[in-house]
Amino acid sequence: MTDEKARLTEENAKGKADGNAGTYTGERETAKGRQPQPEEAGAQLGESDTWTDKMQTLMRQNKLAVFSAVMILLMILVAVFAPLVAPYDHLAQSLPDRLQDPSAAHWLGTDELGRDVLSRIIFGARISLTIGLLPTLISMSIGTVLGLCAGFYGGKTDFIIMRLADVMLAFPSLLLAMVVMYTMGGGLINIFIALSLVNWAGTARIVRSQTLSLKEKEFVEAARSIGVKKWTIMFRHILPNCLPSLIVLFTLNIPSAILSEASLSFLGIGAQPPSASWGLMVVRGKKYLFSEPWLSIAPSVAIMIVVLAFNFLGDGLRDVLDPYLKEQ
Amino acid sequence: MGETMILDIKNLQSHFFTAKGEVPAVDGVSIQVPQGKIIGIVGESGCGKSMTAMSVMGLLRYPGRVVGGSIALAGRDITHLTPKELSLVRGNEISMIFQEPMTSLNPVYPVGKQVREAILLHQKLSKTEAKERVIDIFRAVGIPEPEKRYYSYPHQLSGGLRQRVMIGMAMVCHPKVMIADEPTTALDVTIEAQILQLMKKLCKEQGTSIILITHNMGVVAEVCDYVYVMYAGKVMEQAETFALFDHPSHPYTQGLLKSIPKLDEKAERLYTIEGVVPNLLHLPKGCSFCTRCDQAQERCFVQKPCLYEAADGHGVRCFQYESGGQLDE
Amino acid sequence: MLSRILKRIAISIPVLVGVVLAIFIMLRIVPGDPVTTMLGEHVNPAVIEKISREMGLDQPLHIQFIKYVANALQGDFGTSYRLNRNVTQIILDAFPNTVKLSLLAAAVAWLIGIVAGIVAAIQQNKLLDRLFMGGALMGVSMPVFMTALVLQYVFAFKLKWFPVSGFDSWQAMVLPAIALGWNSAGSIARMTRSNLVEVMQNDFIRTARAKGLRENGVIVGHALKNAMLPVVTMMALQLSSMLSGAVLTESVFGVPGIGRLAVNGIETRDMPLLQGTVVFTTILIILGNLIADLLYNVLDPRIREGA
Repeated sequence: MTDEKARLTEENAKGKADGNAGTYTGERETAKGRQPQPEEAGAQLGESDTWTDKMQTLMRQNKLAVFSAVMILLMILVAVFAPLVAPYDHLAQSLPDRLQDPSAAHWLGTDELGRDVLSRIIFGARISLTIGLLPTLISMSIGTVLGLCAGFYGGKTDFIIMRLADVMLAFPSLLLAMVVMYTMGGGLINIFIALSLVNWAGTARIVRSQTLSLKEKEFVEAARSIGVKKWTIMFRHILPNCLPSLIVLFTLNIPSAILSEASLSFLGIGAQPPSASWGLMVVRGKKYLFSEPWLSIAPSVAIMIVVLAFNFLGDGLRDVLDPYLKEQ
Repeated sequence: MGETMILDIKNLQSHFFTAKGEVPAVDGVSIQVPQGKIIGIVGESGCGKSMTAMSVMGLLRYPGRVVGGSIALAGRDITHLTPKELSLVRGNEISMIFQEPMTSLNPVYPVGKQVREAILLHQKLSKTEAKERVIDIFRAVGIPEPEKRYYSYPHQLSGGLRQRVMIGMAMVCHPKVMIADEPTTALDVTIEAQILQLMKKLCKEQGTSIILITHNMGVVAEVCDYVYVMYAGKVMEQAETFALFDHPSHPYTQGLLKSIPKLDEKAERLYTIEGVVPNLLHLPKGCSFCTRCDQAQERCFVQKPCLYEAADGHGVRCFQYESGGQLDE
Repeated sequence: MLSRILKRIAISIPVLVGVVLAIFIMLRIVPGDPVTTMLGEHVNPAVIEKISREMGLDQPLHIQFIKYVANALQGDFGTSYRLNRNVTQIILDAFPNTVKLSLLAAAVAWLIGIVAGIVAAIQQNKLLDRLFMGGALMGVSMPVFMTALVLQYVFAFKLKWFPVSGFDSWQAMVLPAIALGWNSAGSIARMTRSNLVEVMQNDFIRTARAKGLRENGVIVGHALKNAMLPVVTMMALQLSSMLSGAVLTESVFGVPGIGRLAVNGIETRDMPLLQGTVVFTTILIILGNLIADLLYNVLDPRIREGA
């Protein structure tokens, strides 16, 4: 630790974990153990904190988050069973039916090649959700391992990993993905790889700062004193304590991955035709914005709904699981 | 007591509204504060003493709320003031200092400015005049180099100095009543005595009454004229300080006094009151202290005792003193 | 104080070098020959070799890198292959547009974001709070291009209040600025609110109330400065996402800015151009971060005056 104050500032500023993020009481210790109810009588009522309790609190307090979770589940089901749910084949062109307005036959109309827009959106959900879930999982796993190592080993390991993270975080995420796409060429597989490799740095920072504080806790000291192996301590003792933050972070990172894919495809350097990627549908429909606005608005709305659902869920989870993890 | 009461709290009730139910944190508390006297409120944490103070100041926030009783300051009921009227009273006629000098001052402003703000809010003074007043009060509360300290930020001052700043802020408008909520708990013992003496001195000079909230019987003995002992949201015993220490009447007070370690007695081990403060959501049906009382009778478990007059100006909430008159209902 | 500033500047230098190196390497690990990737498969090998030599791509990587950095330090980002112009010149032509767009968007974002955040915090858990925070989350969740397209459709096409595209008059700048700022407004509002709500829990807020300040005075006079300190640092983070968003906004409204250059660089496989724009933007962001950090040091007395 070169400069505790600078690090504190950095953590506060970036709004990262570790108890006192964003609290400006100045005293680290006082902020950390603070109860939500400062009144003495209130403190007696102490909230219990098992996972089931927390989920029950979520269910009770945040109907919107529960609704979002249901929405997400529904969307996943729709995506999995897309061929059964979609009214038409999403790739079947029918030039006589091109650019039709929404109707009973085509609820969201047809595109410039006569493909059913609703069916394409339903199939597009497969792309968005896969891109949202898997690369996020991969990049966060990378970030978690790196963050654990940085926090636990400290010294040179910490220095190298964190400077690398600094470099990654210095890039605007979209530009970084664009550079990778230039190198590897367009296409969904490459977006998948790009997003898996690019977004680990934020996670690494948070896990590192939590590891640093957990490392000093008695239970870790105890495990260490009886000779438990380092990797066991890291993955059995420290990691489970980072889980609440990681779950929240996962939920909140999904929408940004979805938006990245949509943006890259919108810029024409992501998914390639005839893919039903929502971002690609928006940019293809953009040409007809003034005559058939739904062509680009419908997939945009689809993106927004998915992103909104994950954001609502993530917000709700954060409130119950990890109230100190701040807005990023 | 024939003196004029500067602050008269009658049957105050403040409740917390939580998901698990309504918590009667202050349950029918009556406190009289004569002019220029120091009144002590003692009790364990969670007994409602801070809640009482916050209720008087109108500082209770959600989920807490005053639900009954009245608070009269110099004959004027301040229980139901509008926010605007209340802001004219707070800091001016009645002020408060808090337990945590480390966090009670805003870290991003110089302390002098924070005290000056209190003056500018309540008195028609120019900024320069107000600043002079601040430096005067800083000198009065014993802050060395007051001109320099005016520009200091809280983090540059020690805990004792910060508490002196807080006292200065509370006294600068010559309030009628100052509430001090555990003002010395977070401080070193040596500084504690200085701060207490300072408060005592200011109280004399300005004729300000002080409500001193503490869990420390020693502090009470040192500075208070009259004491209220609180337990589970109720006043258990009230008496002049000498009377209370001479004839502690309520079993709870007796326990509190017994648990102070004494130098001249060789006790095998420290006396403790068995059990813990009861959960306010599930109070015993009878006396709230019955579960921990070593003198409890059968009726203590089923019937609530009133505050009985054990001697002149000495009230005790215990059936043992039932022969005296009732002080509340 | 001075040593802290110098230290902070010193920390940014390796990040800067790292960033340039990262871009440099990423653009050169293209499978196959970089010039072939730029020009396509069916080009005379002699031509490829000639261009390779002209661009210095035949030299070892570390020599290339040192040369690139040395030139970049003198303000030379190389020559765009497609446009046959100096990249620095191209960037400087486009840069003012992106700056204008970002500054206008930032103004929109800060105005809406902070006001909405404060109102929501004051009205905590009441209708207005829920409304504003719902709106803020919508703002955060709407893809930038969606906001842009909706604004374009409604205000440029239907209502004809503003031009559909371009960036040469102030009318033309309104829609792009709102489209880009909307998203950031959402996150600023959320952060302002959550910071304010948290600061309001502090003991010194109770002190402020106890001395007789009215609730609005407490918020504006005592809570706001504390709550705004971290938001200042967020400016820098917003700069990063703002420039990402600028790429999309510029694309929708046809603004000739840096984002367009980057997209062009990819579409036409013009490596020097892409490299120049990305390096340039990233340096800008690192500098922005640095400034925000230093600003924070100056604004927070606990750091400025030393603990």
